[in-house]
Amino acid sequence: MPGFVTAAVSIFFDGLAYAMLLFVISVGLSVTMGLMGFVNLAHGAFAMAGGYVTVAAMNMLGVPFIPALVLAFVIVAIISIPLERLLYAPLYKAGELDQVLMSIGIIFMAIAGVTLIFGPNPPAIVLPDFLKGQVDLGFKTFPTYRFFMIIVGIVMVVVLWLGFERTIIGAKIRAAVDNRQMAQAVGIDVDKLFILTFAMGSGLAAIGGGLAIDIVGISPTFAFNYLVLFLIVVSVGGLGSLRGAFLAAIVLGVIDTAGKYIWPEGGAFFIYVVTVAVLLVRPNGFFGKGETE
Amino acid sequence: MFLKAQLFAGLMAVTLPFVAAPVPAQASNEVKIGVVLTYSGGAAQFGEQIDRGMALYMETNPEAFGGHSVTLIKRDSKRPGGDIAKNAVQELITEEDVDILAGFVFSPNAMASAPLATQGEVPMIIMNAGTAWIPSLSPYIARVSFTMWHAGYPLGQYAANTLGCQTAAVGYTDYPPGKDSRNAFQTGFESAGGSLIDDIPMGGPREVPDFTPFFQRVKDAAPDCFYVFVPAGNHATAVIKTFASLGMADAGIRLIGPGDITQDTKLQDMGDDAVGLITMHHYAADYQNPENQAFVAAWKAAYGEDSTPDFMAVGGWDGMAAIASAIVAQDGDVTAEGTMAALRGWEFDSPRGHIMIDPETRDIVMDSNVHEVVRRDDGRLGIDVLATVPQVADPCKALAIGRCGE
Repeated sequence: MPGFVTAAVSIFFDGLAYAMLLFVISVGLSVTMGLMGFVNLAHGAFAMAGGYVTVAAMNMLGVPFIPALVLAFVIVAIISIPLERLLYAPLYKAGELDQVLMSIGIIFMAIAGVTLIFGPNPPAIVLPDFLKGQVDLGFKTFPTYRFFMIIVGIVMVVVLWLGFERTIIGAKIRAAVDNRQMAQAVGIDVDKLFILTFAMGSGLAAIGGGLAIDIVGISPTFAFNYLVLFLIVVSVGGLGSLRGAFLAAIVLGVIDTAGKYIWPEGGAFFIYVVTVAVLLVRPNGFFGKGETE
Repeated sequence: MFLKAQLFAGLMAVTLPFVAAPVPAQASNEVKIGVVLTYSGGAAQFGEQIDRGMALYMETNPEAFGGHSVTLIKRDSKRPGGDIAKNAVQELITEEDVDILAGFVFSPNAMASAPLATQGEVPMIIMNAGTAWIPSLSPYIARVSFTMWHAGYPLGQYAANTLGCQTAAVGYTDYPPGKDSRNAFQTGFESAGGSLIDDIPMGGPREVPDFTPFFQRVKDAAPDCFYVFVPAGNHATAVIKTFASLGMADAGIRLIGPGDITQDTKLQDMGDDAVGLITMHHYAADYQNPENQAFVAAWKAAYGEDSTPDFMAVGGWDGMAAIASAIVAQDGDVTAEGTMAALRGWEFDSPRGHIMIDPETRDIVMDSNVHEVVRRDDGRLGIDVLATVPQVADPCKALAIGRCGE
C-alpha cells in the first residue's frame, strides 16, 4: 500500500478514537451551556472525578473495567445533582464573570481534593485482556482499545440522538435550548430539565474521564489541561447542539492527529487555525442557535 | 492555555518556605545551602528523590562534614519554566545569604538561575538537570548528575554497532534537554554509520501528551531503532504503554533510550511491556557494587521496603558528598573560589560507580552502562548491565558541538 494511504488510514483511525473522547466529555458541557447559558468551566473536573472513580473502583475494589465505567457514570451523575442545586443554581441569573469565577474555584478545589487523596501523579489501571493488543485488519493493525473507544463513542451518539430526537424529554430539551421563555410559557419545567441534563452531562464526562486514563492519562490538573480543548469543541460545534458537538469533535480530533502526524513541529497549531477559521465563517459554530451575520 | 497561564501566575505568588533542621554537630562553622527542587505538583516525585538522597547522605555520613554544621534552606521550583526557580535563587542569594546553591531538577530552571550564580558569586551544584552546556553558563556551576550525551552518544554508537540498527527515528520532548538528547544520539549514531530517518518533537515537558500520532508515524516509517527521550516519570510510563499498544515491537522496531524511560521508581508499573528494553544510563538500583548495596539498604531502612532510589536520588547523594568534601577542604570557612577549587577534580566512589568532576569543564565523568530490563525469578522487573563504556567525559564538550564548543 502506498505510504500516503497508510498515513491517511492511521490518521483517520487515531483521530476518530480521539474525537470520541472529546465528544463524550464535551457533549454535556455543550447541552448545559446551550440550555442555561451557564459557563461551567469546571465540567472537566467531573471528567476527572469519573477517571478517579474508575481507578479507585478497579484498583481498590477489584471492579472490572466496564462496570467501573458504569459506576463512574452513576456516582458522578448523582454527586453532580446536589452540586448543581447548591452551587450552580444560585448563579443562573448572575453575570458571566461570577459564573466563571465560581466554576474555576470548583476546579481548584477539585485539584486540591484529588491531590490530597490520590497524590499528584497520574494513576495507572490494568486494562482487561480483551482490550489489549491489536486488531488486524489485514492491511494494517490497530490498537484494540482505540477500536473499543470508537465503538463506545458511536453507541453513545446513537443513544443520545434517539434520546434527543425521539423522546418527549429530548423534545423538551430542544425546545428549551431554542427558546427558554417560550418553553417555560408552555409549561416545561426548565429547572428540572436542567438538573437532569446537568447530571447526564456530568455522568457522560465521567465515562470520558474513565476512557481517558489509558489514552492521555488523568491527573489532578486534568480539568485545566483540557479546558481549552473542551471549550473549543463546544464553540466550534455550536452551543446546545448534539450533532454540532459530534461533528466538531471529529473535525478537531482528526485535524489534531493529522497535524501531529504530518508536521509534529507545528504542535497544537492546527487545532487553533481550524477553530479560528470555523468561527470566522460561522460565529455560532457549525449548528449553533442564533443568527449568523 | 492562555487562561491557565493567568491563573497560575496568580498562584505563583504563594511560595512556601521549607526550612530543614541543621545537622547536629559540635559545629565550628555553619554552612548555608540553598536547595531548589520541585517539591509540589507532578514533578514533586523528582524533588523528593533528590531531597531524600541528600538527607540520607547527611544521616549516614555525619562525620563527612568535618564537624561543621550544614543548614538546608529549601525552595520549591514547582515546574520546568525557569521563572519560579530564578525567583527562588534570587531570594536565597540576597535574603538568605546562602554559601552554596544545590538541586535543580529541570534544565530550564538551572539555565535561568545560572546568571544569578555568576553575579552573586555563589557555587551552584547541579543534581539533575542534564542539558550539556549548562556548566558553560557560569564559572560557579559544577554538575554531579549527568549530561544527555552520557547516554545518547554511546547509545547511538551501540545501536549501530551492536544492536545492528542501520536506520533510526528519534522522538523527543520539545525542550532543551530533549533537543540535546536528540543531537547526542544523532551524533553517536551517524558517527558509527547509522542513518537517522525521522526526527519528531513530541510536545512539551509539562503535560503527558497522547503519544499515538507520533508513534504511529514512526511505525509507518519502520526504522530499525526508535530512540525516545522524554522526562523521567509519567511521560516514560506512557511511552512504554503506547509502544506496546501499537504493536511496534512486532513490526520489527526496537525501542531504545536513555535510562529515564526505565526509571527505577516507575519500572514495576510498566509490566511485561518493558521486558527486553535496552537503555543506556549511569545508574539502576539493581547495581551490585558494595557502595550501591549499602546505599539501597540504607534507603529502604529509611523510606520503607517498597520504596526505591533512582538516578535522581544518587544525584542528591553524590551532590551532598561533593559539598561535604568541599566544606572539609576549606575547614568550614566556605568561599566561592575555595568551593569551586575543591570541586574541580573531586573523585568519589558513588553508588553508580567511580565518578569525578572534570577540572576543565566542571562536569561529571562516569561510566555509561547498557541496561536491559529483565523479569527476575521473584516476578519483579530488574535491570541487567550488558556492557559498560568506562569513564565517559561529556562527548558534547569533548567534540565541541554547537553551544558546547563556546
